Amino acid sequence: MKIMVAIKRVVDYAVKIRVKPDKSGVETKNVKMSMNPFCEIALEEALRVRESGLASEVVAVSIGPVQFTETLRTGLAMGADRAIHVEAPENIYPLTIAKILKALVDIEKPGLLFLGKQAIDNDQNQTGQMVAGLLKWPQGTFASKVVLDKAKQVATVDREVDGGIETLCLDLPAVITTDLRLNQPRYATLPNIMKAKSKPIKKFTLQDLNVEIKSDLEVVEVTEPPKRKSGVILSSVDELIDKLKNEARVI
Amino acid sequence: MAIGTMLSAFRKLSNISRITPFRSLSTLVLAEHEGGLIKNSSLSAVEAAKSLGGDNSISLLLAGSGHSLKEAAEHAASSHPSVSQVLIADSDKFTYPLAEPWAKLVHLVQQSGGYSHIIAASGSFGKNILPRAAALLDISPITDVTKISGSNLFIRPIYAGNALSTVRYTGSSPCMLSIRATSFPVASETADLKSNAASIEKVDLSTLDEDESVAKSTYVKLSAQISERPDLGNARIVVTGGRGVKSAENFKMIDKLAEKIGAAVGATRAAVDAGFVPNDLQVGQTGKIVAPELYMAFGVSGAIQHIAGMRDSKVIVAVNKDADAPIFQVADYGLVGDLFDVIPELLEKLPEKK
Repeated sequence: MKIMVAIKRVVDYAVKIRVKPDKSGVETKNVKMSMNPFCEIALEEALRVRESGLASEVVAVSIGPVQFTETLRTGLAMGADRAIHVEAPENIYPLTIAKILKALVDIEKPGLLFLGKQAIDNDQNQTGQMVAGLLKWPQGTFASKVVLDKAKQVATVDREVDGGIETLCLDLPAVITTDLRLNQPRYATLPNIMKAKSKPIKKFTLQDLNVEIKSDLEVVEVTEPPKRKSGVILSSVDELIDKLKNEARVI
Repeated sequence: MAIGTMLSAFRKLSNISRITPFRSLSTLVLAEHEGGLIKNSSLSAVEAAKSLGGDNSISLLLAGSGHSLKEAAEHAASSHPSVSQVLIADSDKFTYPLAEPWAKLVHLVQQSGGYSHIIAASGSFGKNILPRAAALLDISPITDVTKISGSNLFIRPIYAGNALSTVRYTGSSPCMLSIRATSFPVASETADLKSNAASIEKVDLSTLDEDESVAKSTYVKLSAQISERPDLGNARIVVTGGRGVKSAENFKMIDKLAEKIGAAVGATRAAVDAGFVPNDLQVGQTGKIVAPELYMAFGVSGAIQHIAGMRDSKVIVAVNKDADAPIFQVADYGLVGDLFDVIPELLEKLPEKK
């Protein structure tokens, strides 16, 4: 079985972002970019499945401008066997990404598709569900544990839901999106980073895959959230209780 | 001349219809129910639907099986004065909220109902189902809307709430969105409004199995956390512990304080990963989003990802040993000190809950 993993390049999670003065978006020039943390977890899980002997190959996929190949190199250095880069403009919406992924699944025929549950830039939490819907595959979203049964061709997935942990059983092939607690991603070692340079990255264009960009959404403006008024540092518990009672009136 | 006037009037009219693509609004709200009652977050979705515009006819879609569905449907019919219709999908395929049959159901109901909007609360239920249904309908949905500025103009937070994005939906109907429940509070008096019960209708499910994925997933179990505390998402007061609490044993102090003031308990990712508390208590970008009247953070440093989940709280209190902790930048009241000294003192001096 082959596993496909979708990877996104985003502004590093530790960066304090700045909104552009013209309100057209968030400044991404000269800002540290990294692999989306949820995608790292998805890739790590795919690698673990391969290492346990249940999969033969891990293919990393990324969709975006040419810089996205750097993120694919990181994925290859972590241990992916090969990569696919689909050249596309930045900031296309999950529906188009899902259609591109479906086209790649039709070519590569993987038995599992792993994605992160959300990208930390747009916070949409949509792509995995959408590609599952387009493929008519079952979906295991927000996964915190994945157990594969090769004989029965099913995946048992623990999902992080509002009230606790829900367990589902999915027929393969399936789409799984990863939550933070699924695993601890590995670091790429220097020898593996060197090795990754010779691993293949296949290129596709949207025309090759016969996918058109669906643009039914338009960003009107991006603004900063309202600032909270600055607070006060108090000196004692008594003062705190007094403030909560008499100033804020919340207790 | 008269013809010219008529022509210009006609042009004005056609202009208007171009600006407002949805001439009459009709909204389908995907509702969650538990124990025969509609969940509060789904009522928030109804509030959001109401704010789309004046003459909006709102239908609630419920799915499930047997007696609990019937009870929930009756509750739904009188749950909110703006609800004009309750649609129920009764099948054992809906005993558990699986995305595959649910997404197909939304697809079916949209095809027969032709709604202008489809809304769900953006909990784990809505986030799981709505995008899948949107893909079946070839639509881009909008996640976690915090403000509705027009029937196709929405505001949603991006980058962990560090920027607000205003988006316009320009596609053909329906417009699909998940809403942040804390941004659309339910007026309390609407909850017990019993008059003008909405009609209840059954959805025709004869073509449900056409989607081959419907049979490809099965529910195994839910390991739920039983708690007597108020629900984290709706609580008036939230008390949160972070890495500074140091152990699961120490976290009982947070529990005790919460109990005393009638608060829900929250946690940071560090506290969950360290095993102090279960993951469904996590507040933040990837956990729950809360906006209580009072948020008290103990031993929480205030990472971007945590602030994302509580920045809309009315009053924020932070207690931390480290005077430079970023949490103090968003706190209304900060106390630099050891939480192991502060919490016992609070327990002693705070008044009992009313």
